[in-house]
Amino acid sequence: MSTETTVEEQVTVASKVGLHARPAAAVVKAANELPTVVKIGKDGRVVDARSMLSLLSLGAEHGDTVTVSAEGPDAAEAVAAMVALLASNLDEAS
Amino acid sequence: MPALDTTRPVLEGTGVSPGIAIGPMVHMGAPIAELPGPVSGGVPDIEFGRAQRALDEVARDLEQRRDRAEGDAFAVLDALSMLARDPALIDAVGAEVDGGRPAPHAVDAAIAGFRTMLEAAGGYLAERAADLTDLRNRAVARLLHLPMPGIPEHEAPFVLAAEDLAPADTVDLRPGHVLAIVTSRGGPTSHTAIIAKAMGLPCIVGCVGIAEVDDETLVIVDGSAGRVTADPDADEIAAAERRKEAREALLASSAGPGVTADGHGVQLLLNIGSAAAGAAEEVDAEGVGLLRTEFLFLDRTTEPTVEEQTASYHEIFAGFAGRKVVVRTLDVGADKPLPFVEPGPGDNPALGLRGWRLIANNPGLIERQLEAIAAAAATAPCEVWVMAPMIATVTEAEDFVALARAAGIATAGVMVEVPALALQAERLVEVVDFVSLGTNDLSQYTFAADRLVGELGELLDPWQPAVLELIARTATAGRAAGVPVGVCGEAASDPNLALVLTGFGCTSLSMSANAVAEVRAGLATTTLERCEELATLALTGTDGRDARTRVLAALTG
Repeated sequence: MSTETTVEEQVTVASKVGLHARPAAAVVKAANELPTVVKIGKDGRVVDARSMLSLLSLGAEHGDTVTVSAEGPDAAEAVAAMVALLASNLDEAS
Repeated sequence: MPALDTTRPVLEGTGVSPGIAIGPMVHMGAPIAELPGPVSGGVPDIEFGRAQRALDEVARDLEQRRDRAEGDAFAVLDALSMLARDPALIDAVGAEVDGGRPAPHAVDAAIAGFRTMLEAAGGYLAERAADLTDLRNRAVARLLHLPMPGIPEHEAPFVLAAEDLAPADTVDLRPGHVLAIVTSRGGPTSHTAIIAKAMGLPCIVGCVGIAEVDDETLVIVDGSAGRVTADPDADEIAAAERRKEAREALLASSAGPGVTADGHGVQLLLNIGSAAAGAAEEVDAEGVGLLRTEFLFLDRTTEPTVEEQTASYHEIFAGFAGRKVVVRTLDVGADKPLPFVEPGPGDNPALGLRGWRLIANNPGLIERQLEAIAAAAATAPCEVWVMAPMIATVTEAEDFVALARAAGIATAGVMVEVPALALQAERLVEVVDFVSLGTNDLSQYTFAADRLVGELGELLDPWQPAVLELIARTATAGRAAGVPVGVCGEAASDPNLALVLTGFGCTSLSMSANAVAEVRAGLATTTLERCEELATLALTGTDGRDARTRVLAALTG
């Protein structure tokens, strides 16, 4: 297994209300279940996706581009999962 | 029993949900406003451990309650527990203890920082700030070994006393466990009053004296009279038991259509707002007086198709065979933004493009809804009436009726919730098949008082004579023209106010399911002539409280 690889990918926030409310809660829940720590960045700020408060502070709106990143052997898998989630319609997630 | 006890206090408040309860009173834990000193000191590592444990315990408590909850309650508790476990919050608490603060102060300061950030952002985020305050109160109470804010743990059923209840508190209310609610603040339209009514719990708000009554004091709560008797004697308890039983027997024997003691019929209908109307179908009512259709449109990214809407309406209509269902067309605006509805400009959602006004910049939206309702009505086993919300002029009413008829709807009417339309009632009844008074919005617009501002509760009291006058005017016009005039707001679910509305000449009353038996029982024991006297009396009130007091005195005197 290779070590300390950093994986980074950009994605457009699909949720109509941005990363607030239920979409943000869905991101936090998913991040807690991923095998490694995933971070989400916007405009130079990078935060832990497991933190609702940090996600809210990003103020990511519908259509904004955010950067998803992770490190370690599971990074590629974790980033891909988070990117897929952010690109999906989180408004109807419960 | 103490011999001196001859001046038992009787506390007065505003009765907002009827019924009698007898039991020990317990105060809800109040949040700790000021933290006791010292504000610095302690070993950072130890203080951090304490703070972490407290947040973890709060999170686990919230998660346990969440797992027992459903629907909105689940979402509220889920969001709160997520905040209690937030890694950014834990980091911030760590920074505060490193700066020398003891655990309670560190939690307080860390949460205050995030709260400021959310409040500055405004909108949805500012609402989340209230969740943080709740979390802070819970964690601080845990750290200081003080009672947890919220509904108290109490083995035996009890009467809950509080300053006022927050939405998160009401999540924990269990009927059978909480016997009644008495608050020192709040008005007839407060969240507490609405929840208590929905749960069928006797409730008194604005009962200032309750704060002085000690925990575990036996109290009698009379929600109909707005009276609390603290520490009653054996005779008072026996009398209350008798009245409670008589009332329960009356409610149990109440059945069938709404009718006054002298045989004047008043239709008793239901307010429903979801496809899960199964429970409502079982209620002994003459149909639905207000079917809110927003549930079909909320939480969606695209407008439901005509076919989808038709299927949903059909399902609901099928449950009310042989009865009547009044459908209200979509009532959304800037307050409940939908991705596929253009809200238009304006900072004040209540005064902007909402309800019928959406037609201005959403071509086809209301037409498609009418098409679906008409299609479902064509094969429905019940009578289907359709009405539009937020109609302000007689011309708008004419436009809606024409649109509904063109869609194939046989019975078309409008809501009266804008005072301007009530003032035109005589001309309005010439162009519609029926009228339904939405008293909640009618109050908001008559008093220039936002429904969401708790402090304005007194102005929004449905007993306010100014609103009653608008109702009376509309009902009188309807009676003269032979046009049915119903009431579908909060007012119709108050059994005493229901008598007043009947006295004005309203032909139907629409309410939540658990208010029906009470309203029916009240009507059954009162003649139409008596209702008319009470109606005249209510109009002489100087404000809502005074009108209510006058009618109550006439009923009990």
